[in-house]
Amino acid sequence: MAKASTKIIPYSAVGIVAAQSLGEPGTQMTMRTFHYAGVAEHVPTGLPRLIELVDAKKEPKKSIVEVHLAKEHKTKESQAKALAKEMESVLLPEVAIVSENMAEKRIILKLKTEDAKLLGVTMEMLKEAVKKTVGANKVEQRGDKISVRLKDDKEKEKPLKDLRKLTTKIKKTLVKGISGINRSVVIKDKGEYFIRASGFNIKDIMKLKNVDPFRIYTNSVMEIEKTFGIEAARNATIREMQSVMDLQGISVDIRHIMLLADAMTSDGKVKSIGRHGLSGEKAGVMGRAAFEETIKHLVNASIIGEDDNLVGVTENIIVGQTIPIGTGRIKLGMKTKK
Amino acid sequence: MEVIFMVKKKTAPKKKATKPVKKAAKVTIIKPASKKKTAKQEKVNTAVYVNGNLMGFHPDGAGLAGRLREKRRMNELNYEVNVFYNDRTNEVFINTDAGRVRKPYVVIEEGKSRLTPEVLNRVRSGALSWEHLVKMGVIEYLDAEEEENSLIALSEEEISSNHTHFEVLPSTIFGVTSSVLPYPEHNSAPRITMACSMAKQSLGLYAVNFNHRFDTRAYVMYYPQNPLVSTDLYKTLNMKKKAAGQNFVVAITAYKGYNMGDGTVVNRNAIDRGLGRAMMLKTYDSEERLYPGGQRDKIEIPTPDVVGYRGDEPYRFLDEDGIIYPESQLTGKEVLVGKTSPPRFLEEISVFGVVEEKKRESSLSLKSGDTGAVDAVMVTEAPSGNRLVKIKIRTPKIPEVGDKFASRHGQKGVIGLLLKQEDMPFTKDGIVPDLILNPHAIPSRMTAGHLLETLGGKASALGGKLMDGTAFSGNTREDYVKVLKEQGFNEEGEEWLYDGITGQKIKVKLFIGPVYYQRLHHLVSNKMHVRSRGPVQLLTLQPTEGRAREGGLRFGEMERDCLIGYGASMVIRERLLEESDKTIQLVCNKCGMFAYKDQIKNKQICPLCEGADISPIEMSYAFKLLLGEIRSMFIFPRIILKDKA
Repeated sequence: MAKASTKIIPYSAVGIVAAQSLGEPGTQMTMRTFHYAGVAEHVPTGLPRLIELVDAKKEPKKSIVEVHLAKEHKTKESQAKALAKEMESVLLPEVAIVSENMAEKRIILKLKTEDAKLLGVTMEMLKEAVKKTVGANKVEQRGDKISVRLKDDKEKEKPLKDLRKLTTKIKKTLVKGISGINRSVVIKDKGEYFIRASGFNIKDIMKLKNVDPFRIYTNSVMEIEKTFGIEAARNATIREMQSVMDLQGISVDIRHIMLLADAMTSDGKVKSIGRHGLSGEKAGVMGRAAFEETIKHLVNASIIGEDDNLVGVTENIIVGQTIPIGTGRIKLGMKTKK
Repeated sequence: MEVIFMVKKKTAPKKKATKPVKKAAKVTIIKPASKKKTAKQEKVNTAVYVNGNLMGFHPDGAGLAGRLREKRRMNELNYEVNVFYNDRTNEVFINTDAGRVRKPYVVIEEGKSRLTPEVLNRVRSGALSWEHLVKMGVIEYLDAEEEENSLIALSEEEISSNHTHFEVLPSTIFGVTSSVLPYPEHNSAPRITMACSMAKQSLGLYAVNFNHRFDTRAYVMYYPQNPLVSTDLYKTLNMKKKAAGQNFVVAITAYKGYNMGDGTVVNRNAIDRGLGRAMMLKTYDSEERLYPGGQRDKIEIPTPDVVGYRGDEPYRFLDEDGIIYPESQLTGKEVLVGKTSPPRFLEEISVFGVVEEKKRESSLSLKSGDTGAVDAVMVTEAPSGNRLVKIKIRTPKIPEVGDKFASRHGQKGVIGLLLKQEDMPFTKDGIVPDLILNPHAIPSRMTAGHLLETLGGKASALGGKLMDGTAFSGNTREDYVKVLKEQGFNEEGEEWLYDGITGQKIKVKLFIGPVYYQRLHHLVSNKMHVRSRGPVQLLTLQPTEGRAREGGLRFGEMERDCLIGYGASMVIRERLLEESDKTIQLVCNKCGMFAYKDQIKNKQICPLCEGADISPIEMSYAFKLLLGEIRSMFIFPRIILKDKA
């Protein structure tokens, strides 16, 4: 009995009901945002975050990643701190002074000893990183400085302006840590230490030692889609939406959110709700024209000679017919003797 | 206390005001503003502005401001001059111009009030007037800017060494509208705001010469009263002469659910005796317009040969000059001014070679739903020089269920029930309330002032003396308790009441007393609107919008969504098609174009393929228009029929 009562009645307008069920609490959402500790303080929550999810943005306004430690280390704070430090990306200008020698067409890098020590960067690491970006044979160490030549012996002469290009390239060199991860913080929750960092890069984090590769999570749905596929992206969308709702103290039946996530991910890539996504792909011309960019749709339809078979709700309302939903969907048939 | 607020008149001569300042400039050292001014000079010296114009620089801005004020208090400077020193930007602003709102304060000097007991005694004896005090520098007027330089105490007791002024009266911190409300210090601030905005909507005697005025729309209360509990400013503003409310006997109790949620139960017999009664005056006008070509409108009784003649009935009240008789009782769409206009287009020349003058009916008639009597008729001249007729209609507005009332504490409510006096609860003295207020209206809104006014009203009525509810200084609860005790009444203002229907004593004492209530101009009779059928728009064939056009209520997008969500397809169809702009259009089965019927040949024809294979199709007229618009942008939409394809 209980199971039967939860079943949806055939031809119910589940989409509209889901939209209303999500939309109405949305109007009540407070503009007050809740804060995470430490990193990624201004992660959007509430309505802005919801809009972000529904719009299927490439990257959230502020992305964060949560990394849990492998089982045997998860109660060790020192391990967690070490890992956090390891993850944080350090770019070259943070640890070295970059100067150009125009006359010799060289770039001189001088280690900022104190900063480097603080960030755990050694001369060796710096050298290796630079070698990786420009090629090993151009780099040489001269005392406490690293010198980078514009060209190696085999190459022919390069113009001076290439020196500046090389400098900008060197300045972007990742010396240490994982690219994309900016700041990380160790958080204790339920007797377990885990790391919350801004940015995302699941693939590289998984390769780290002492990390539980099954418990890496990011709020970037697109990153999840990229690494784990569309089903994971669907689940991430649901989870993110639910967490926004929970944070605001709003309870929405999860099936509405699931329906939304299904609609967004049903054809293998994450689609947005709106004219660039779901609504822009509606079957009927008139349905699309009624939503946004009316003239564009009408003109395009006329060019290719599109038919509107009046399958949608909007189209039938425009024409003035019974809509194919609920009672309007049921037809009575009668067999007549031939 | 005569003058409290003072706005300098715009006509005040500028010369007079600015002159003393220039004098002062000579006394103190103001260096003229030269173009050579160095950056250093600007930094150190204070910029001095007179009426917004830079006049020069001064080494000591604060000192200059102080000395100028000193001069003003010594009556060497005009009292209308205000000086403001901005220490953040290091600028002195001297203002002598018109349009500043200014307010008087008592001056404090070195921690002591200039209004010394001796001065006060001389004022009491009549030796000194307000003007004297201003000239003596005891009282000075501050504008909004100078106020920023002062620390103002609310009363004389609060004065510390830092204070520069104190309020003439603590209640002057309120504005004009809120000063008229009794006991604002006992109410929550939002309720005061609401009470202020509602007081502006109250019906009263808006102008003593209302009989001679032709306002487009006006309300006049029949028997306005002055409140039993009023304020100082009520008298000062001469509100006594233009009261806007009446003293209602209010009992606070629930009454059978008829006063739930800000409803009120009102004594019907009290209304029959004139409680809350008002009239609405509405002016209609009609002008005898001139048209190019020398033609003009004519005010007359239209004859049956006029195009658009409405039949004899609507013209029955018109005098022979075409204007309605005063005191005609109007019930429907009667014509007020009969008028004929020249035809819109030139007529064809008739057989005999003369242009047949066919006149057009353009009379002014009463709007649908309006009733009343013709109060006055005025024939005058419009600014254009044409003859103009104004008709004032008077409609009595007797309080009815749905009309809005409010006390002066933001306690508004509508009449939920008109109850016969014999069914109303009564006290042992036979006092029957005029209005029953629900007790739930009080606690959450925290309008204790309403209760205090009830108590005050009761003490006033029993003691035969008007009471004072001025903020911070009015009569106190103790004053009222004393009067009530003397008169042998419960000191809390509560009384035993008896049920008017059963005659039984009500089990608890009720709080009862007179409260000043205002009738607000939101009257149901001006708002009520229903439609079951009616006019449609010319273009879309959809129902018109708005009460004035007898329109329908919009069934909007969100309402539509709700029905979709419910799956009620047939209801949507009914709202959006059957009860709106349903049409039957002819559609060609071959080309999908709209077809038409040739009435002469009695044949359906497709204008495009000239075929006769045509089906009648039911659709919304809006859709037909949409297809037309699409066609107008060179896109050819075809209607392909399922069973014919």
